[in-house]
Amino acid sequence: MAVELFLDLFSQPCRAVYIFAKKNNIPFEFRRISLMDGEHFGEEFGKINLMRKVPALRDGDFYLAESIAIMIYLAEKFETPDFWYPTDIRQRARVNEYLSWQHQGIRTHSSKVFWLRVMIPMVMGVEVPKEKMDAALEDLNSSLKLIEEKFLDDRPFIAGDQVSLADIVAIVEIMQPVGSGLDVFQGRLKLSAWRDRVQAAIGKELFDEAHQAILGAQENVKLLDPTVLQASKSKILRYFM
Amino acid sequence: MVVYLDLLSQPCRAVYILLTCTKIPHKVHAVALRKGEHRTPEFTNMNLMQKVPVLVDSGFILTESDAILKYLATQYDVPEHWYPRQPQQRARVDEYTAWHHTNTRAHAAKVFILEVLLPRHMGSAVDKVALNNALSNLKNTLDKLETMFLRRQPFLCGDDITVADLLAICELMQPLGAGRDILKDHPQLQRWRSRVQSAVGKSFDEAHHQLILQPPVSQWCWASKVTVDYLYGLGSTH
Repeated sequence: MAVELFLDLFSQPCRAVYIFAKKNNIPFEFRRISLMDGEHFGEEFGKINLMRKVPALRDGDFYLAESIAIMIYLAEKFETPDFWYPTDIRQRARVNEYLSWQHQGIRTHSSKVFWLRVMIPMVMGVEVPKEKMDAALEDLNSSLKLIEEKFLDDRPFIAGDQVSLADIVAIVEIMQPVGSGLDVFQGRLKLSAWRDRVQAAIGKELFDEAHQAILGAQENVKLLDPTVLQASKSKILRYFM
Repeated sequence: MVVYLDLLSQPCRAVYILLTCTKIPHKVHAVALRKGEHRTPEFTNMNLMQKVPVLVDSGFILTESDAILKYLATQYDVPEHWYPRQPQQRARVDEYTAWHHTNTRAHAAKVFILEVLLPRHMGSAVDKVALNNALSNLKNTLDKLETMFLRRQPFLCGDDITVADLLAICELMQPLGAGRDILKDHPQLQRWRSRVQSAVGKSFDEAHHQLILQPPVSQWCWASKVTVDYLYGLGSTH
């Protein structure tokens, strides 16, 4: 049985795993979990991942959660080209440094901006106070500035001359607010140039395919059944606002 | 090899414990966050983000405690259990260290921030509603640690201690800086804590000495609002 990957491409870490696996022609069974339909709360998925989060991997009787752990595991198992997760200890440390920072450094902010601009007002019908939105945008802007100044600096990619897992993980997060209609690349020359390089390294077709769902988010969410999120409404509002 | 550390900081303690209990040759350069020593031009030159820990190894500068711990475990001759080479065992450690950021770290740090840092800095009373919220989130995390990571195994990622246990324990010890033992009602986690303490020996107490001594109020007055905003922001979405 091939490796199974449980994914919803609406989610940034799922896109990262998907892009990495497809780019490297890693054979896998795509198991779609629709977060919007609450499929991650189902009994079957609960057996795959107690934490009920995507992405998740099943390889025989080995189960794994967390996109970073999954990509590193796949890189090793399928012996992907070295640059994705270099064997050189210091280069690998550079990649690990970004992969660690990004959880609180950008992921939190990019998710928040998406929820505040799309999910909460458009699906849940709740108005977002201006100061919350402004604060979230300010945090996102600070993160993007740090990515340009520290993680890119004068390098073509985060870890140096070649693309790595760090760039995939970064780009999918930055695309989340883009899905909410916010062009974060506008006015950011260094970031835009890096995005073009990453797209070229991944392949524009694969990049576009992976991002189709999120870029259509503003339209697609109009079709969602708002009652699905009702049960979690107060939790969501407390979390993001 | 030099490490820039403040032992009042959780991720710094994790790095310190690994260095001292595996006896990797190193020099500690103490950085007092409360005195703003992380905001000097020299420190900023080394780390734009003005954070600790920082490792400098023959000109190679590295930040982020989990990257540092994994670097040390692979670069130096330490027992393999700290960061196993077998892919599925290693994946378990990578899984925990990723999950750690927005779970153990975020929730335990927030309790400490609300109970100690913010009131000290603002000279205000503790926000009880926020603190109760934070304690409730933390309880969820502790339950997950027990049911998902420690289920049927002595350490978070398997039969042996790994860098994951160091990161976790240092976060869970932090509220003790306010005299709060968050593991008080969690016997399974207390047993795990004892196993970690036995595995690392005196390094554990050395690392936590400064935190546990009842510090004077001024020790907790972080030097700037920016630092407090950052720390508060660390847990603000939870």
